[in-house]
Amino acid sequence: MIGKTTNQRAWFLVLPVVVLVAFNALIPLMTVVNYSVQETFGNNVFFFEGVKWFEQILHSERFHASLLRQLSFTGIILLIEIPLGVAIALAMPKRGPWVSVCLVLMALPLLIPWNVVGAMWNIFALPDIGLLGRMINGMGFDYNFTQQPLAAWFTTILMDVWHWTSLVVLLAYAGLSSIPDAYYQAARIDGASSWSVFRYIQLPKMKRVLTIAVLLRFMDSFMIYTEPFVLTGGGPGNATTFLSIDLVKIALGQFDLGPAAAMSLIYFLIILVLSWIFYTLMMRNEEQ
Amino acid sequence: MKRAKWLVPTLYILFLMLPIYWLISMSFKTTNEILGAFSLWPREFTPDNYITIFTDPTWYNGYFNSLTYVVVNTLLSVSVALPAAYAFSRYRFLGDKHLFFWLLTNRMAPPAVFALPFFQLYSAVGLFDTPMAVALAHCLFNIPLAVWILEGFMSAVPKELDETAYVDGYSFWRFFIRIFLPTIAAGIGVVMFFTFMFSWVELLLAKTLTAVEAKPIAATMTRTASTSGYELGLLAAAGTLTIIPGAFVIYFVRHHIAKGFALGRV
Repeated sequence: MIGKTTNQRAWFLVLPVVVLVAFNALIPLMTVVNYSVQETFGNNVFFFEGVKWFEQILHSERFHASLLRQLSFTGIILLIEIPLGVAIALAMPKRGPWVSVCLVLMALPLLIPWNVVGAMWNIFALPDIGLLGRMINGMGFDYNFTQQPLAAWFTTILMDVWHWTSLVVLLAYAGLSSIPDAYYQAARIDGASSWSVFRYIQLPKMKRVLTIAVLLRFMDSFMIYTEPFVLTGGGPGNATTFLSIDLVKIALGQFDLGPAAAMSLIYFLIILVLSWIFYTLMMRNEEQ
Repeated sequence: MKRAKWLVPTLYILFLMLPIYWLISMSFKTTNEILGAFSLWPREFTPDNYITIFTDPTWYNGYFNSLTYVVVNTLLSVSVALPAAYAFSRYRFLGDKHLFFWLLTNRMAPPAVFALPFFQLYSAVGLFDTPMAVALAHCLFNIPLAVWILEGFMSAVPKELDETAYVDGYSFWRFFIRIFLPTIAAGIGVVMFFTFMFSWVELLLAKTLTAVEAKPIAATMTRTASTSGYELGLLAAAGTLTIIPGAFVIYFVRHHIAKGFALGRV
């Protein structure tokens, strides 16, 4: 951040980006804002309603339930994926031919289209034709994710761990490989335990990439739609209806544009505020 | 304890491969076998599912559509993000920090929020049901990501490089294309990997913005699963084929990825 020169003409360099993103962001956002304050009975006739929809959504039990499910889901997957990813990155070989093999195989789930991930887990976990379903039932548990809410949650979380832990591994591994060997040698001479090597050398070096990992995983899991939709369809009942699934149900299923738009804005605002907190924490880390 | 260390990544990779194995194994089974007897590998090995996909235009066109918008989006995102990231990494200008954060907020916008307005917007400008619509729409999250990562790479390049080139009489664009871009080639590779990845895997917007002509492969799959009964073998074969482009991309960037991650922000 030091040594930047002030140059207002730099705006010309960012102009194409601003135009393209604004076209995609501002026009749809204004459409949403527009819907959120109006009521329609079809035929493109609209009436101004003020903040009615916002009040309705904020007081609706259904929204509270989806939000609670969303927060629990995001919290659980962050608690699993971040420590697990770090542990795997620590156990990876530091150099040698196996590094490339590990990285290529681990990155594979990241590049599979999201609905294929959902479909794949569906046929993997079904109790009658799926390998996982057969295995769990074979071990003596009664498991059917299409009927039991708990099993549906277990499967959805396992799917997300399968899908995204590799991102944390890649980031943590990158952070680890930026540590010079001299640090480890110094630690060995001082007789440091492996815990203190982790606590005082490896963890501080991974701090920046881990913040990015948390930020990306938080944002993406909070917007999750396709994978659980294909896997469970939000069910059984509403057990795995997260915010995006609920939103699409209201907007495209019931075509309640006003409430859906109001919910969109509240939803977006929640992500924005939480991400801003992460972002400022990250920037503070970088300045230190 | 030290010796058992390799077990952790091995077990993890095994866990990653299991569902993929199941998908591939299912793609070579007949529908009868899938629904009838439970078997760990295809007993009556059949390539019929793949033959169907390669001979039916609704299937293979899906692949062309997907690859078209992904490639267009990757090239577009990276080429506009390069100068912008340079501006953010080198200059201070009015509203730069706010602009940077505003760009990032678009990475945070849930596609579900934008699905319906996007449909209306792209219908209004006459791009609905073309690969161009999807390529432009995916800029919403890919450009901010590209700017974010590239800015990290560029800030790692010492400013003296620019100053020396200007003293030597290089114009801005000549310096930028001839000297600067080759310096951050690894970073550009990493960014292309990420933009390709996020455009290839996203489906909600891609599905909303297409109907018949430009339908992406992943959407063709969903339709088949729901309309023509439950042809699981066909579904599995199509799914298997969607893994291949990604696997190719990873293979090409495998050496850059660890290094790239370390230098850049993501």
